[in-house]
Amino acid sequence: MTVAIDRATGKRHGDRAPRPGLGQRLKHSYQKNWYAYAMITPVAVVLGVLVLYPLVYGLYLTLTDANSLNTARTIGVNHIDATYKFIGLDNYKDILFGPTAYDRFWSHFIWTIVWTALCVALHYTIGLGLALLLNQKLRGRTFYRLVLILPWAVPTFVTVFGWRFMLADGGIVNLALDALHLPSPDWLEDTFWQRFAAIMVNTWCGVPFMMISLLGGLQSIDASLYEAAEMDGATAWQRFRYVTLPGLRSVSSTVVLLGIIWTFNQFAVIFLLFGNTAPDAQILVTWAYYLGFGQQPRDFAQSAAYGILLLAILIVFTSFYRRWLNRNEQQLAI
Amino acid sequence: MSTTTVETSAATTGQSTAQADPGEARRRGERSRPASFASHGILIVASLIAFFPVAWLIYLSLGPDKDDYLHPGGIWAKMSFANYSFVLQHTEFFDWLKSSLIVSLGTTVIGVLIAATTGYAVSRMRFPGYRKFMWVLLVTQMFPVAVLMVPMYQILSDLQLIDSYLGLVLVYCSTAVPYCAWLLKGYFDTIPFEIDEAGRVDGLTPFGTFARLILPLARPGLAVAAFYSFLTAFGEVAFASTFMLSDTKYTFAVGLQTFVSEHDAQRNLMAATAVLIAIPVSAFFYLVQKNLVTGLTAGGTKG
Repeated sequence: MTVAIDRATGKRHGDRAPRPGLGQRLKHSYQKNWYAYAMITPVAVVLGVLVLYPLVYGLYLTLTDANSLNTARTIGVNHIDATYKFIGLDNYKDILFGPTAYDRFWSHFIWTIVWTALCVALHYTIGLGLALLLNQKLRGRTFYRLVLILPWAVPTFVTVFGWRFMLADGGIVNLALDALHLPSPDWLEDTFWQRFAAIMVNTWCGVPFMMISLLGGLQSIDASLYEAAEMDGATAWQRFRYVTLPGLRSVSSTVVLLGIIWTFNQFAVIFLLFGNTAPDAQILVTWAYYLGFGQQPRDFAQSAAYGILLLAILIVFTSFYRRWLNRNEQQLAI
Repeated sequence: MSTTTVETSAATTGQSTAQADPGEARRRGERSRPASFASHGILIVASLIAFFPVAWLIYLSLGPDKDDYLHPGGIWAKMSFANYSFVLQHTEFFDWLKSSLIVSLGTTVIGVLIAATTGYAVSRMRFPGYRKFMWVLLVTQMFPVAVLMVPMYQILSDLQLIDSYLGLVLVYCSTAVPYCAWLLKGYFDTIPFEIDEAGRVDGLTPFGTFARLILPLARPGLAVAAFYSFLTAFGEVAFASTFMLSDTKYTFAVGLQTFVSEHDAQRNLMAATAVLIAIPVSAFFYLVQKNLVTGLTAGGTKG
């Protein structure tokens, strides 16, 4: 999942709206808009076909009881028609309030929130710390930087397997812990340690992006601000608090939003680390996948309903985040 | 205080590859000797943590037996490239390579081609519905896999596109296209508007301006969008694991999982395959990382 955010939009509003007479304005706007619409057509068409249509179809499926036994399918030469029926909002009702809703939805929901918050907090603090260290004039800075982005350079699906070897029963991590006479937990079996391991691996994977983005932000802070602060007798902490952090605010608000969305949607780490063996360590995304594709019969309707709920959570969150940024008078992400 | 302090302290910590500029007298960022030690210490530990899991994977890939990962000490004595030759000769490695490349390159090409004009339009023009359109682009990128997976699976089954490269490319395009549009918009924003105006004065249509003036200038931005789409499509797990059914059409992300099943875990082969995948991809990543990073944060860092 990828997201990019830009912040130039808000700024340019003022200088782009000339206000001549009405007729001229309409004509002008017609010419301009004709080109604009022609240029966005390809993307609009692609999004309509590849995103909007499946989304609407998925929304419809959540209102049915579709599963792999009653959807249209072809077995050999026989084509079996779909027999699922419309059941209204029952899926949502069942997911949110039905019997065992806590085990099926709310426990995963809470864990997803904890997972997102912890991971992003760790990504951000560790990333910021390393970025600050790398922002000094230091011997071997380039070398450190290159090594530190290694977890980003190697595809996640490769490194997760590396971690799986290391965390396996009898793997190197437990050998090392044993050698130090420390308890060696069952990383991949015990629920608490599964969650711990998932957060650890995801942190390992996600820090480099934060580090590099924040380093870019640090380097764009005007050095004269530090000079001025130093002149005024600011301590190192004060310089960090009143120059560095405000200077990083626009980068931070962007990368934190990205980090939250990515972590919330993080599929590969948990899916590859545990497969289907850890029902309690599944976040909502992997759990929805499990319902729809990891079990028999496949419960398409509920899986799609989870998807819609997830999307709703993200959209609500992002709207609030934007509003909150606006209130703090930041140049906004979008 | 001057450069001397820094130089000696850096020299004592030693072995790091030199890159500092010794002649330059700096006033800021100068640190006491213990602080410098601490910085190096933390960075060394962090580098080791970043490096170790990858190094360990490489080390394990040299052990010829599938349970060697349990006795890592034993690998040292019997190190060999047997796993590599086995993977290259007796597994579907090259099939997977082919599918990975077809799918990733297909996504990249379609994504960048389709998104380019849109990126330009939203960077330069304000039209009714502009904000809504941008909002749609943003929201599309944060779709959890779960949202589209079920309906896509149904639709592609109806179209007989399950287990086909085209199907997977189409699915990836649903995220790659809006993403590239965003990224390119960010890049087009950095190209001065005066260039457009000059083009218009000289009688070019907006399309002409775009094709003849802006597109050539935007090559680095296009490259970043391409790299990023490629890497994302290459590393995608969820859709590939579900939509590709025959083992010759697996992408690497799926193929790698096949080494560990409930019955058998050929971890040594898996490690070797992982290394074979990781080497070219990370080499590619390192080649482009400077551009990648500036491209990704271009929107964020300019004030």
